[in-house]
Amino acid sequence: MASLKDLRNRIASVKATQKITKAMQMVAAAKLRRAQQAAESARPFSQRMDAVMANIASAIGDSESAPKLLSGTGNDQTHLLVVATAERGLCGGFNSSIARLARDKARELRASGKQVKILPIGKKGADILKREFADLMLPTVDLRDVKHVGFENANAIAKQVLDLFDSGEFDIATLFYAEFKSVISQIPTAQQVIPPEIAAVDSEPEANSASTMYDYEPDESEILEDLLPRNVAVQIFRALLENAASEQGARMSAMDNATRNAGEMIDKLTLTYNRQRQAQITKELIEIISGAEAL
Amino acid sequence: MADNFTFELVSPEELLASGDAQIVTLPGTEGDMGVLAGHAPVMTSLRPGLVTANLTEGGETSYFVRGGFADISPAGVTILAEFAVPQKDLTREMFEEQKRIAQEDYDKHHAAGDEAKAANARSYLDQLNHMEPSILPA
Repeated sequence: MASLKDLRNRIASVKATQKITKAMQMVAAAKLRRAQQAAESARPFSQRMDAVMANIASAIGDSESAPKLLSGTGNDQTHLLVVATAERGLCGGFNSSIARLARDKARELRASGKQVKILPIGKKGADILKREFADLMLPTVDLRDVKHVGFENANAIAKQVLDLFDSGEFDIATLFYAEFKSVISQIPTAQQVIPPEIAAVDSEPEANSASTMYDYEPDESEILEDLLPRNVAVQIFRALLENAASEQGARMSAMDNATRNAGEMIDKLTLTYNRQRQAQITKELIEIISGAEAL
Repeated sequence: MADNFTFELVSPEELLASGDAQIVTLPGTEGDMGVLAGHAPVMTSLRPGLVTANLTEGGETSYFVRGGFADISPAGVTILAEFAVPQKDLTREMFEEQKRIAQEDYDKHHAAGDEAKAANARSYLDQLNHMEPSILPA
């Protein structure tokens, strides 16, 4: 049985932990609001981008002249998995669930005889995947010093991916990230970025007729050539922003749980402490009384 | 008085401007163009330069943009720019950064022997140098 002093120390330490988790929760809540705002204000751009991409892609169609970035290399032998995770831990299952999704995909691809390369963004996911796929890892993209993800960050990553593509290092690129649904729910998602999955053009007659009438300046293929690499950057940017919001959301609920658990533990320990103290007092009383009776 | 149409300027980070405009001038790759209401649908990519919109609310506003394209339809103009900032907020550092990016672009294409793209990047850079004195606060 732990002594009273041990119990006191234990309670003090759990209280200190609780203070830390509580503070982390509040910080995460504040950061979450900012991250959510950033994700929301970036939405119009990617939506418009998708619409324009769908328009042009349908105009160009599957013609021979379609650039490789749109139609693919015609091969699916080598896959690049871009796995975006956080730089920090203590955010519940956030990192591991993204890594797990990527790992399952990598296993599946390898089982069917494909080659896999992994480009991790963020240290945590890289650490998890390194255990199983150490020989497939490309150097990790480090965003530790980046406070707020900007488009330049996404652009730099996109450039790296596109350079790999241009030098024929892979055929298909898939992006892994956690989509932010709500504070308690972040969904690990896999999205193919090269060649892109083009959303079907709106079947609204108005939109269709508009798309066929467009004049292109310079011509379609040149615009498309300009647009496709940019689209990759936009998709990565969106994933990074979603991830940032998801990370804070996951951390917030994880820390909320931790704070609650610490509270429960403090209650239990305090109860044991009080019981023991009472037992000791009773024992001392009995000793005094029986001593007095013996006289 | 000219008819109004919707004008939107979007950068990856945010929606910079959205509102009714009477006229918008934008730097297309093949030349500057002015857009009035009821314009025929055109899709054009952009050079670095100034987009000026005569907004119903807020009057004439200029934005510096780089990279991207404009989607023009009778209903309105939507500009998707990789980098966009109101001209009055443009600082020398930002501008230098833009020049650096253009230079890098040029170097990359030049090294790769892609002369057409290199020439394109070169002209973007020249364009930036050319307009530097006119749009930056002294």
